[in-house]
Amino acid sequence: MGMTITEKILAAHAGVPEVHPGQLISARLDLALGNDVTAPLAIAELERLGVRKLWDPEKIVLIPDHFTPNKDIKSAEQCRVLRRFAKAFGLPHYYEVGRTGIEHAFLPEEGLVVPGDAVIGADSHTCTYGALGAFATGVGSTDLAAAMITGETWFKVPETVQIRFYGNLRRWVGGKDLILYVIGKIGVDGALYKAMEFGGPLISRLPMEDRLTLANMTVEAGAKCGIIAPDAVTEEYVRGRAKRPYRLYQSDPDARFQEVYEFRGEDIEPQVAFPHLPQNVRPISEVGFVPIDQVVIGSCTNGRISDLRIAAEILRGHKVAPFVRLIVIPATQRVYQQALKEGLLEVFVEAEGIVSAPTCGPCLGGHMGVLAEGERAVSTTNRNFVGRMGHPRSEVYLASPAVAAASAVLGRIGSPEELKK
Amino acid sequence: MIFRGTALVFGDDIDTDAIIPARYLNTIDPFELAAHCMEDLDPNFVKRVKKGDIMVAGKNFGCGSSREHAPLALKGAGISCVVAVSFARIFYRNALNTGLPIIESPEAASCIQDGNLIEVDLAAGKVRNLSTGVTFDSIPFPQFMQELIAAGGLLPYVMKKING
Repeated sequence: MGMTITEKILAAHAGVPEVHPGQLISARLDLALGNDVTAPLAIAELERLGVRKLWDPEKIVLIPDHFTPNKDIKSAEQCRVLRRFAKAFGLPHYYEVGRTGIEHAFLPEEGLVVPGDAVIGADSHTCTYGALGAFATGVGSTDLAAAMITGETWFKVPETVQIRFYGNLRRWVGGKDLILYVIGKIGVDGALYKAMEFGGPLISRLPMEDRLTLANMTVEAGAKCGIIAPDAVTEEYVRGRAKRPYRLYQSDPDARFQEVYEFRGEDIEPQVAFPHLPQNVRPISEVGFVPIDQVVIGSCTNGRISDLRIAAEILRGHKVAPFVRLIVIPATQRVYQQALKEGLLEVFVEAEGIVSAPTCGPCLGGHMGVLAEGERAVSTTNRNFVGRMGHPRSEVYLASPAVAAASAVLGRIGSPEELKK
Repeated sequence: MIFRGTALVFGDDIDTDAIIPARYLNTIDPFELAAHCMEDLDPNFVKRVKKGDIMVAGKNFGCGSSREHAPLALKGAGISCVVAVSFARIFYRNALNTGLPIIESPEAASCIQDGNLIEVDLAAGKVRNLSTGVTFDSIPFPQFMQELIAAGGLLPYVMKKING
């Protein structure tokens, strides 16, 4: 019986020739990640246990990104926990504000994660790295703490569901719309405990940044990981970035998929997820009149350079609607610098939006754009749960950078097609 | 391990932002976290919950972020056990790793009413509704997992093993 990519990577890291769904394995890890919210809990546990020696300092990554630049005294202290720990244990992969960015944009960009890796991160969106053909999944602080000591963790080998896309994408449709469309079809627990493997001719042509967006939100369908077969697009992306040798895995022709879904690009309009679950998806043509107070363009889902290029293309020559705030957050320092060079930041400022330092910030209601009671935001982020961006009676509508930028100008949720040049 | 408490019933897809809103994640103190547990869904939750109460929920409980602050907040608020139709996978791991007992039982979770007196027998995998007299069976955890939960989570369990 053939194996899927996920099964092959897990077998390789468990040191066995093959694994099958449902099997419990102990896997050797290539990288373990924590941030300013989750790592302090792990570090507190390690300190309580009196741990003096860590696994491999080269393979531990600590990123202060959620409530940074420090939003208050408590957040500053959380970040200081990371910084002190990194200094004490000589961890080379602690990245300070000003050199870093949102973890799931930063790690692939820096080549810290490579195809074929097995990675855990104490952050649910760790599944993003599946876009590179790596097995990557979110865990909690305790699993992170244990991995920082042993370099291993246990997994139950997941069933894999395959999602194939055919045909071509319509104008203004990208990775975000594809994943929202899928979540709309299968629901927020449609892939619970499973691996979501994306394939088909449309995916082979999909640029890497769209693939990262696609894999990023697989956790919103309950998945353990998202994965895309590495190909020429992957190799072009990792060339010159990869900090380690990598390995490209493909699913066997006779690999077993628990289920196969097939979708056509032509059927997919820009998508909008209504409050308060990512599965409440509607095509842009069926959104109706939804006035807004704020637009956020950024996050580990859609804060990369291609996202900012699309937003700038739409915003150029326009102004943000009266009484609407536009907040643009380049995901990393490099994205920020590139956007600066290309004049994109000037477009945002000319449009009367603001540009923030890289941070998760408003995505989880931290800072840099928290909503008041009754306010509504269109956001390129990944979750629209109750209270996610602020007041429990505020609302978040998830969409692509294209829809978000157009909505900022229109003052209501709308399509770029509605803007007159 | 046997837990007895009043059922507090919630619906499907209770996410970790509902269990502990992200705006309070600037601390890891379980008592501070517990003070805000479930507040966006039920502002009176912390006042309503008594030590030992059992949370009962629908499918996909704990979906969303990987924050371990969620099971810590539930434990801190006094919840002794969570019974649900299904759990989101990171929450499932985090609950066991932090020593919060959980039971997947679609039958129990769909039949229990808010306020029912519930008894959970973790070793036997049984959920008894003492108010109605109905018992629900689920697959009991293996011995090591019961020991892990009893020890208070993965790390205390590991340390106990190491130190004998």
